[in-house]
Amino acid sequence: MPSITDALHWVEQTPAGAFVSHSTWGFSALLSVHILAVAIVFGMIAMVDLRLIGICGRQSAVTALCREALPWTWSAFALSALTGMLLFTAQPVKYWGNDAFRMKFAILALAGLNMLVFQLITYRGVARWDRDTAVPWAGRLAGAISLASWIAIVAYGRWTAYLMI
Amino acid sequence: MIAFIQWLQSTPLSLSVRRISWLIPMMQTLHILANGLVLAAIIMIDLRVWRRAGAEPLADRVRRLLPWLWSALGVLTVTGLVLVLGTPRRTLLDPTFQVKMLIMVVAIVATVVLATMLRRVVPEPASARRMTGLLASVAGAATLLLWLGATIAGRGRWIANVIG
Repeated sequence: MPSITDALHWVEQTPAGAFVSHSTWGFSALLSVHILAVAIVFGMIAMVDLRLIGICGRQSAVTALCREALPWTWSAFALSALTGMLLFTAQPVKYWGNDAFRMKFAILALAGLNMLVFQLITYRGVARWDRDTAVPWAGRLAGAISLASWIAIVAYGRWTAYLMI
Repeated sequence: MIAFIQWLQSTPLSLSVRRISWLIPMMQTLHILANGLVLAAIIMIDLRVWRRAGAEPLADRVRRLLPWLWSALGVLTVTGLVLVLGTPRRTLLDPTFQVKMLIMVVAIVATVVLATMLRRVVPEPASARRMTGLLASVAGAATLLLWLGATIAGRGRWIANVIG
């Protein structure tokens, strides 16, 4: 039965893996775009999170803010995922064994779960606290968890590079 | 430039930045986070400038987001300076870094112009607003593009492999 290590070695030998690891500019270019995309994801999510927590913009409707921010957030997220996967193909075995890299994805999963709970449960009652009233504690908690998660994701992402040498 | 870098590297401040192992990654993280806030603040303002009908009036949004934008820019500057102190050779000798600085200066000027423009647009009557509105839309797009460019050019990642 093929193991994960076999799969990782296979990824390394794909044309993408060969290009990213051997090209002089491929990795740097992808990393630049990856960091740009992650920065936009963080910034846009922070705008919504800060509104949920109650730090800014109580006059603006939560629904309107989400509607505006979501297309940019998801597009940037798709770009960061695509560039991230390509970066991964350069050294799959090393990334797999990198503790900071693992933490980053564990926290990303947590952020995803938090978002799912917020969307499916808390956000259903948004009409009651859309604007000019305080966001219920569940919404504020979701905002705080999301903000903290994304700060940690960026930090562990950066830390990953220092454990690769 | 080499002499300046050697002097910079020998300053006690540069030495302490390099001695604390977690300081550079932490500064880089803060730098990326602040960069994200700058980009997001401009995107949110632009969305209002481009499509003027919406829940939150443009004036309110500008007034609400500009302080965030300037504070994030402050964090960006301070962390950026610490990073140059910590890795002067990697940054100052890198042509991409100089390109980045150039784009950044233009981006800051564009942001100031946009902010001044928006502050003036808002109270004007509708007839005058249409022309300034078009100008503001273009200025908003240009500002965003410049900041995207400054981020992409970031600290010479493009040729980091070549210089090492």
